[in-house]
Amino acid sequence: MNAARRPKLTVRHVSLEHYNERTQQSLAVLDDIDLEVEEGELLSIVGPSGCGKTTFLNAVDGLIKVTAGEIRVDGRLVSAPGPDRALVFQHDSLFPWRTVAQNITYGLELQSRLAKGEMRERARAFIELVGLTGFEDHYPHELSGGMRQRVNIARALVMNPELLLLDEPFASLDAQTREFMQFELMRILARAKATAVFITHQISEAIFLSTRVAVFSARPARIKQVIAVDLPPARSLEMKHQPRFVELEQRIWRLIEEEGAQTGMVTAA
Amino acid sequence: MDAPLPTTERPRAAVRPARRKTFWQRNEHWLLGSMSMLLFLVIWELAVRFALVNPLFTSSPSRIAIAGFDMFADGSIYPHLRVSGSEFLLGFSLAIVIGVPLGIVMGWYSRVNAVLDPFVSALYAMPRIALLPLVVIWFGIGLASKVAIVFLGAIFPILVNTITGMRTINADFVKVARSFSASDRQMFMTVALPSSVPMLLTGLRLGLGHALVGIVVGEMYGATQGLGFLIAVAGARFQTDKVMVGIILIAALGVAMTELLRAIERRFERWRPDHHG
Repeated sequence: MNAARRPKLTVRHVSLEHYNERTQQSLAVLDDIDLEVEEGELLSIVGPSGCGKTTFLNAVDGLIKVTAGEIRVDGRLVSAPGPDRALVFQHDSLFPWRTVAQNITYGLELQSRLAKGEMRERARAFIELVGLTGFEDHYPHELSGGMRQRVNIARALVMNPELLLLDEPFASLDAQTREFMQFELMRILARAKATAVFITHQISEAIFLSTRVAVFSARPARIKQVIAVDLPPARSLEMKHQPRFVELEQRIWRLIEEEGAQTGMVTAA
Repeated sequence: MDAPLPTTERPRAAVRPARRKTFWQRNEHWLLGSMSMLLFLVIWELAVRFALVNPLFTSSPSRIAIAGFDMFADGSIYPHLRVSGSEFLLGFSLAIVIGVPLGIVMGWYSRVNAVLDPFVSALYAMPRIALLPLVVIWFGIGLASKVAIVFLGAIFPILVNTITGMRTINADFVKVARSFSASDRQMFMTVALPSSVPMLLTGLRLGLGHALVGIVVGEMYGATQGLGFLIAVAGARFQTDKVMVGIILIAALGVAMTELLRAIERRFERWRPDHHG
């Protein structure tokens, strides 16, 4: 068996319905999603706003139960959050009463996997990895948005997850910081040898970071198409202007536009 | 600016001109406050000296100072201070010791809340001072009745705010904790408790105000000692100076306790942006 080709995440016929207590209606959010993510891969998910991307990611993390189908990580069925997965939230959601180091060790504390000294040591290693050395004892409000997102990512990575789930982690950053963070994420993921699923609204970001891009349809979300990004694995900023990159960008944009047109929704470019 | 080079601490000092501020600039706030206070006292004193107002009604700063000095010198003030202080400390401590844990339990277990909420809501909404006649019937006119009324005044704001703090937890934090597989106990310890601290402290501050009202009114209604008693008796005898001394001492107690609470708040809320420096 070839270890490199083993699927890390397998999603089979997953459907999900939300039941609204107030309106007493159920809403189909995910419709028969089939997806595989291989070890070491970064798969991006793009799609019209409100199509259920976040719901999908929450389901993979185990925060939401699926209505039908199954999600497996390394062959194990997902029924609740577990240490093999870690979610990076869209809003950094750092605990304001914890310092950078304390935020990063939060998950380790809960699982009491390590002694205090080891935890501190591990936190320091990941603080270094995300480039925040010297800020261990700062509180989140003393950091910039980009720095908080780094802590958010480190908090997930420190758990050494098999699968990293990122829910638009750069959505609230300005354009420059965002590009910078894209590079940083690639560097960090390569060092941590993590498999990742990445949700974004920005098509160029999806292409830039990923080995494949899954385009979701408007709600209820189906997988409209999975596009392999046939660019060299070492990405650079100039690539964003190369014909192949632009071609992919336009192709994905058209796919989303078709969906947006159906719902009358304008999506972010 | 955003790209965090670890070596660049916030370059705040470099932005400002290096010139040192003058003494006035550094202390303007409290200097202005002190001067307005002083001016007020001078006008008050002069108004009495020039017989523009009747000192029987208004007293005067110098008369109050003399009365206060005399009461401390002959020791007649100490029993009042001791009694009021004891009432406050006992009643307020009891309110904290019972109110905070009860509020946490009521905030965390919705069944407990459902059972107790009607009582808490009703008592919170009513002025507890109205219970004074009952409290005196039950506990007499000694220390116990005032401790009880201070306790009743303080516990409900503490309770209600603690409950609110426990119940209004940021949904994002809950999601983070769940994503890290937090148990119920861990959710309680790492999310609910710390995020309820600001509301809890607000409850303490509100409770403090109610406790002071409880002392004064309680002692005016039925007591043999205490600052409220002193104020009531001196007032009945038109001893305006003594009334003012009592008022100033009660106010001082309030200010001192508020400052103490503020210090505790700073200790607990170092992480809050608006509580810095």
